[in-house]
Amino acid sequence: MTDEPLIYDLSSPGRRGVHSPLPQFDPVDPGDVLPSSELRTDLPLPEASEIDVMRHFLRLSHKNHSVDTAMYPLGSCTMKYNPKVNEVTARTPGLADIHPYQPPETAQGALELIYELEALLASITGFPAVSTQPAAGSQGELCGLLSILAWHESRAETRTQVLVPDSAHGTNPATGTMSGLEVISLPTADDGGIDLQNLKESLGPGVAAIMLTLPSTLGLFERRIAEVVELVHAAGAQVYCDGANMNAMLGRVRPADLGIDVMHLNLHKTFSTPHGGGGPGAGALAVQAHLEPFLPEPRVVRKGDTFALAEPSPTSIGRVHSHLGNFGNLVRAYTFIRSLGAEGLREAADDAVLNANYLRASLSDDYDLPYDRTCMHEVVLAGTRQRRLGVRTLDIAKRLIDYGIHPPTIYFPIIVDEALMIEPTETESRESLDNFIDVMRRIAREAESDPDKLHDAPVNAPVRRLDEVTANRRPNVRRVPESGD
Amino acid sequence: MSYAPNTDADRAAMLRTVGVESIDDLFVDIPVQHRDPTLDLPPALPETDVIRHLGQLGALNATSDDLPSFLGAGFYRHFVPALVDQQLLRSEWYTAYTPYQPEMAQGTLQAMYEFQSLVCDLTGMEVSNASLYDGASALAEAILLCRGLTRRPRVVIAETVHPAYRDVATTYTSALDVDLQVVPAASRDGSSVRPNIESLVEAIDDQTSCVVIQRPDFLGMVVDTDPIVQAARRHGARVVVVVGDPVSLGLLVPPGDLGADIVVGELRSLAGPPAYGGPGAGMFAVKSQLIRRVPGRIAGRTVDLDGKDAFVLTLQTREQHIRRERATSNITTNQALVTLGATISLSALGRRGLREIAEQSLTAAHHAAEALAGAGAVIATDAPYFNEFAVHAPEGAAARLDRLRRDGNVLAGVDLSCVSPRFDDLILVAATELTTASDVEALAAAWARSR
Repeated sequence: MTDEPLIYDLSSPGRRGVHSPLPQFDPVDPGDVLPSSELRTDLPLPEASEIDVMRHFLRLSHKNHSVDTAMYPLGSCTMKYNPKVNEVTARTPGLADIHPYQPPETAQGALELIYELEALLASITGFPAVSTQPAAGSQGELCGLLSILAWHESRAETRTQVLVPDSAHGTNPATGTMSGLEVISLPTADDGGIDLQNLKESLGPGVAAIMLTLPSTLGLFERRIAEVVELVHAAGAQVYCDGANMNAMLGRVRPADLGIDVMHLNLHKTFSTPHGGGGPGAGALAVQAHLEPFLPEPRVVRKGDTFALAEPSPTSIGRVHSHLGNFGNLVRAYTFIRSLGAEGLREAADDAVLNANYLRASLSDDYDLPYDRTCMHEVVLAGTRQRRLGVRTLDIAKRLIDYGIHPPTIYFPIIVDEALMIEPTETESRESLDNFIDVMRRIAREAESDPDKLHDAPVNAPVRRLDEVTANRRPNVRRVPESGD
Repeated sequence: MSYAPNTDADRAAMLRTVGVESIDDLFVDIPVQHRDPTLDLPPALPETDVIRHLGQLGALNATSDDLPSFLGAGFYRHFVPALVDQQLLRSEWYTAYTPYQPEMAQGTLQAMYEFQSLVCDLTGMEVSNASLYDGASALAEAILLCRGLTRRPRVVIAETVHPAYRDVATTYTSALDVDLQVVPAASRDGSSVRPNIESLVEAIDDQTSCVVIQRPDFLGMVVDTDPIVQAARRHGARVVVVVGDPVSLGLLVPPGDLGADIVVGELRSLAGPPAYGGPGAGMFAVKSQLIRRVPGRIAGRTVDLDGKDAFVLTLQTREQHIRRERATSNITTNQALVTLGATISLSALGRRGLREIAEQSLTAAHHAAEALAGAGAVIATDAPYFNEFAVHAPEGAAARLDRLRRDGNVLAGVDLSCVSPRFDDLILVAATELTTASDVEALAAAWARSR
């Protein structure tokens, strides 16, 4: 047994939780209006009381670590504080209880919010056009590549390859495949940047685009960005920027100014909308003017003082969401940008980058630092020194759990052995960082003196390490009803 | 203001540790001519002011309290128990992320496992993932799964599948070798509309990878799917069923029992109000032989070192962070918090509650139809329906809807020209357990006045 039973185990025949509304009409018997062959005879849902349901999920919640519990330095995920005012504004009845198909005349506030948010994101990134329709970063990537392909097609060009550096998020190559493109991996140069010689050799007439992450997943700004953009454009290809790491650049550089053609933003990272235990996110797409005709539709447009949905466009890549994206998250991101303003956003980037560099400088005596240079919003350390002691990065991560800190992203980027990718974000204080540094140093000492402490970790969590091999070999992915149940 | 706690004294001390003079020195890798742009943004607003500003934007929108609403078409206003949002506001849920470190995320993982179990029980399927973005992208992913499985190019999709879902499927497959064939699965006879199964059955051939149908269909009709499933079986095609409204599963035979290979749908209505269409939660459930082709996260049950039951993300070699360009999909973040809401809602409603709100939805829709007929409307739907039906508007749906709103103060439904120009004289009217008798009176009175 788990120490918290499944909701099904709290069920008792005839017990009930909430009551449905009082009847408004004489009941219609479903059997009178639907063929009996269409009606189900059994509905195997639990029957639990309201208090049992409440306690069950409350107790489950207690088994989670969260940003509001303690530091959560998960690299490339930007686990910053989620402002509580965002939750208030997103629950404004006029922004929550509205239907996607109500006439635009009755949804002017919603349309204005989307229009204005797109304009704010355009100002922040420097791109003239933004679509907030993609539901998450990966869907933004798909829209970006499809837009690029549509642009090539509009110039009567067929291109079938996409270049992706080997340091990229796994979503980039997966998106390439979903876009029907052959994915070509680019090796990273010794300084952590793009290898220009290799890029030149890879850029042929079949290359549609390069997808690069800026700053890269090594936490480094691409120092040769101007040369990269020039080479790619000279080959007739486009530059796609994975904007998962935009938090490092707010107010410090507008990616469009660098010559990038298209980028997506993860509103749930940079713009503070909560991660929700794995979503919902929101993945706005920002493009240069030549790609605007291809953005997903429908687009929100302004006509004088009113807002409307544009007529279908023959050039658009089409729709990627049932309506206009994860609107509730757009409300939160809009609230965040309006709360911070230009100075606040720049301060966020400054503190995010300062915090990461402070960790880099403070931990480089105890952990290997594969790329020893100023980093941006995250720093990638390596547990290679500890590996020689028989301790793996996984062990370091699990030991952090015992100290009440969420581990960083581990074994990623895949080009760094024993990688620990640490992103503190701007909302951790110096004291919080000092505590993290202290714990990481203690773990480094434990690796030397008592490695089994790390091998056995965690011991202070709701469960110890899990048997993932059996879970994969014999998947148990649902509660199987007992016979006669 | 940036929610950043560092003081200037903290920053100065930290810069000394880093060994640089100023924060500017940390940004020297950026090309100098592009450094430090001026952002053209409105001034920062304190909490009180930003709440007021957003309240003003909200006041420009009509809610269901302002105008009686019969809008459905894939987005339904259902009863969501009060405890759901109390839970969703718990930091432990909403400020956590994907459970990469299972020892610190047993809450999220067990809730995912319970969600997957509930979806299987509702749909009659054997495996559910932990969600996709929305119903539309879930359908697109189902089509991609069938393409990879069968290596066949054709997809037969009923016109009575949600038009936005069809559009998203078109976008997702636009760069791939997929031929989406939309088949007229409803036919007109004067003012009425009825199912046309034969056209679907005839369209399925040996090059068909899957046939996609919706249940109840986009027009609200509950159609006998057996001939379609039989035809698919004969030709080796898979059957994808889109669930129109998850509450209908409280009453209708689950798609798994009808022979579906994949079931997709939109679960938003179980977790909260429509929120202008998002965030939703895409349901994705399959028969067990397809488990290793499923896109997105799946939670599995296992044990820890001490033999204690526990939960973990499983079969991750399907996913992009391991498999990269050979992954089943590029999805990473899904809609975990919305599915948590749906899980809690289904738990609190339970067996009886879900059935009751399904019956009340059906009841309200049939009373709305009767009231409209009493007001002189012609009910176009000539088939059994669940909680949605079509009404005939001879002068055109758009014009009638506009008058009903302006003169009658009701949002009477959705213009069905979004399905096909053949339906531009039909209005789709939806009702749920939240539809009141006075809403229905207002609808009938408005109709009578607008004639």
